[in-house]
Amino acid sequence: MSATLEVRNLRTHFHTRAGVVKAVDDVSFSVDAGQVLGLVGESGSGKSVTGFSIIGLIDPPGRLAGGSIFYRGQDLAKISEREMRSLRGNRIAMIFQDPMMTLNPVLRIDTQMIETVQAHVNVSKAEARARARDALGMVGIPSPEERLNAYPHQFSGGMRQRVAIAIALLHNPDLLIADEPTTALDMTIQAQILAEVQKLTAEHGTALIWITHDLSVIAGLADRIAVMYAGRVVETGEAADVLDHPVHPYTHGLIGSVPSRNHRGERLRQIPGMTPSLLSLAPGCAFRSRCAHATDACAQEPPVTETSPGHTARCFHPVSS
Amino acid sequence: MSDIAEESPFRRFLSEFAASKIALGGLIVFTIIALAAIFANWIGPQNPYDLAQLDIMDGRLPPGSKSGAGYTYLLGTDDQGRDMFSGMLFGLRISLAVGVGSAIFAACVGTTLGLLAAFFGRRTDAIIMRVVDLQLSFPSILVALMILAVLGKSVMNVVLALVIVDWAGYARNVRGIAMVERKREYIEAAACLALPWRRIMFGHLLPNCLPPLIVIATQQVARAIALEATLSFLGLGVPITSPSLGLLIANGYQYMLSGKYWISFYPGIALLVTIVSINLVGDHLRDVLNPRLKR
Amino acid sequence: MIELRGVSKRFGPTYDAAARVTRGIAARFGRPQKSETVHAVDNVSLTVARGEVVGLVGESGCGKSTLGRMVAGIMPPSSGEILFKGRNIATLPPDAAKDAKLKVQMIFQDPYASLNPRLRVADIVGEAPRIHGMIPPGQFDTYLDEQLRRAGLDPAFKRRYPHQFSGGQRQRIGIARALAVQPEFLVCDEAVAALDVSIQAQILNLFMDLRRDLNLTYLFISHDLGVVEHLSDRVLIMYLGRIVESGATEDIFGRANHPYTQALLAEVPRIDARKRHFTAIKGEIPSPIAPPSGCHFHPRCPHAMPRCSEEAPVSREIAPGHHSACHLNDRR
Repeated sequence: MSATLEVRNLRTHFHTRAGVVKAVDDVSFSVDAGQVLGLVGESGSGKSVTGFSIIGLIDPPGRLAGGSIFYRGQDLAKISEREMRSLRGNRIAMIFQDPMMTLNPVLRIDTQMIETVQAHVNVSKAEARARARDALGMVGIPSPEERLNAYPHQFSGGMRQRVAIAIALLHNPDLLIADEPTTALDMTIQAQILAEVQKLTAEHGTALIWITHDLSVIAGLADRIAVMYAGRVVETGEAADVLDHPVHPYTHGLIGSVPSRNHRGERLRQIPGMTPSLLSLAPGCAFRSRCAHATDACAQEPPVTETSPGHTARCFHPVSS
Repeated sequence: MSDIAEESPFRRFLSEFAASKIALGGLIVFTIIALAAIFANWIGPQNPYDLAQLDIMDGRLPPGSKSGAGYTYLLGTDDQGRDMFSGMLFGLRISLAVGVGSAIFAACVGTTLGLLAAFFGRRTDAIIMRVVDLQLSFPSILVALMILAVLGKSVMNVVLALVIVDWAGYARNVRGIAMVERKREYIEAAACLALPWRRIMFGHLLPNCLPPLIVIATQQVARAIALEATLSFLGLGVPITSPSLGLLIANGYQYMLSGKYWISFYPGIALLVTIVSINLVGDHLRDVLNPRLKR
Repeated sequence: MIELRGVSKRFGPTYDAAARVTRGIAARFGRPQKSETVHAVDNVSLTVARGEVVGLVGESGCGKSTLGRMVAGIMPPSSGEILFKGRNIATLPPDAAKDAKLKVQMIFQDPYASLNPRLRVADIVGEAPRIHGMIPPGQFDTYLDEQLRRAGLDPAFKRRYPHQFSGGQRQRIGIARALAVQPEFLVCDEAVAALDVSIQAQILNLFMDLRRDLNLTYLFISHDLGVVEHLSDRVLIMYLGRIVESGATEDIFGRANHPYTQALLAEVPRIDARKRHFTAIKGEIPSPIAPPSGCHFHPRCPHAMPRCSEEAPVSREIAPGHHSACHLNDRR
């Protein structure tokens, strides 16, 4: 099976007044149809910028500095803005942490959804409205017909996120990029959204990239995991492999610091130090100043090594566990 | 992050402000105007209010004429034979002093009341804000005219009238800003540390309301200068013995149609340049200090 | 150490003169306006013993932050009593009230909004002890450095401003600020929610170290069940202004009684669960302006009975130290 999306050596740089920020630096991964890729990282790891790069929403001072993004064999990094627009919201869709990124606060839901439908397919307004209604029903919004007439502010946070998901799924996209869509939501509401997304992507064979900092969410959702640190993918593999046998010291530390992986009441295993500034990043492994296994060799660029089939890490000293 | 030097918010603000050439130009022009006004005695060839230096025979001379005392009337003379250039510098001094002075007083009064209203809320807020509403519902020129009609003409009375007219605007703006800031966690933290309320209000709340307040104050200075000029033009502002730009314009107004444009024209230009330069600075201050426009 | 007796907090809109007049007119013509009073905290009683860590769990709008702010003395309760070491804070003379207030400090959620951006770290941390005269003259710098070091900060940075620090460091500044007035009780309101996972572990460890070193007592407010389970001796579960279940941490996580607690526990994403099927309890969290009648949870509860919509269940002890407010317990 060929991958729905294959990202190869992607680089996205921001040219700021203070210098060049390599927010995404040589990132590669792929997602197949019906598969869920968990893109995990802390703030500043470049996980969101990776998502924005794929969908072509990088604004100056940021720009794609290299690499290719193959969507069904077509390189998104090379196509025109017009071609990208016809894909975006149609074949490739994105949902955000803040659903108001998708929703316009002064327009009714039906106006926005009908517009989105008609932007990509030539159907009558009534037909477009019917599709919008079905989409709302599909994401578990009660009485969708009436809710179509509502404004975004009349919905709760969880409901708004459902509307945003409904809009993203209007055209049954092949690829859905979800950037922390449940982070701002309550637990019971998060579980509802996770259940809906899981069901919909499985039914439609949508490839899903779920961007998050929350390993626990990803554990229950993802097939594969890519862990990002300081703009690079430091480890990739099957979800179970990465979570149960992490090989990169960062992944190892990250999983170890989750409270449920520690004895109750005892000190948590913690990663010392803090995320480095991407502005003054020295060459070599960005994690080495926080790493217990670091040696002089780490000042060189670490190679990507395959520790077991399909499980790779960018490290000189992979941890065996 | 931690390897940046000890960059204070003020230093950062300065470097950002200097990034705009127009605003920097405005600031330079205003500085020149202010310095010229302050040192009017030394820059102006004549003290226009020393009657001994005036010669009525030199009245209404066009720009460039020679005076009896030998120097050139760069911008001509008015009907009393005063050098317009010197008169303008002295007029600027009055205008700026009245504008800046009244804006500072009004800012102090309005800010304190606005902070009190926001901080204590409830009845304090209701009383202060109803007075503000009342004040703002009268046209300011009308209120100022009435005050001056009652108190009589003097520089201090003009300042007082402008303060009475302007404080309410500050109070309302400051209250709005402070209401937002008051709900922030650092104010709650200060309350939790049992700091005295005066300390929280002036030490924590006020400094965080300052950036928008500075912008408002700049715009109010320009407004006060214009209002003072209007009052003086209408003859109810400063007394004839210490004429501001507005009074100079009024003086030459009757000669405008007889071709002796310079008596009104040059003070008018000075007024315009002053107000525009202040507003340029104010506009850019707003851009720099508004966190929502931050890149 | 801290005891709350029947504490409630209501937020109503405050009407000024103009609003009162229009409401009066509306009422006169038979259109009385609904007053939108929010019962943020509704008749809550609890005790926290010295040295204990009590976790307070709830979703947004359940009133957990309001409860924390009342305990920390930032907001007065609308009704009920808050007792600190057996004495009602509201009736203490001013000096004793100030001392009691300083003994209870709060750590806030947002490491950006909770520090005054115009003050240097030295002033943020040192202001309160200086104003309250807590340090002998001449020892101020040593005292300040000690506070910063204890919170894991390098005292060399004390001349800097908050914007020059990362989120985790800012949270440490907030902790140093609280510790500087020598509190005995810390209210942590989602104190690690805004932090990255690796930084979160550092701050949680700091809290545990401080508990050991300074014999601190905590009210730890969080929506994160994993964090609460790790840290707490006892756990309180709140839903729409009421405490629905409370008990020892093992009891709550091992033998949850209230259907809401059970639902919460079932939905916690766990790192050990692989490719699980997410199931969810139905429905939205109701607005605290118009909470459901009877038991607030009944519209979402799988075990709801007619009685649940009519009568609010009282909290009863179902096992030693384990309380739950559910009608189901009456049948047993």
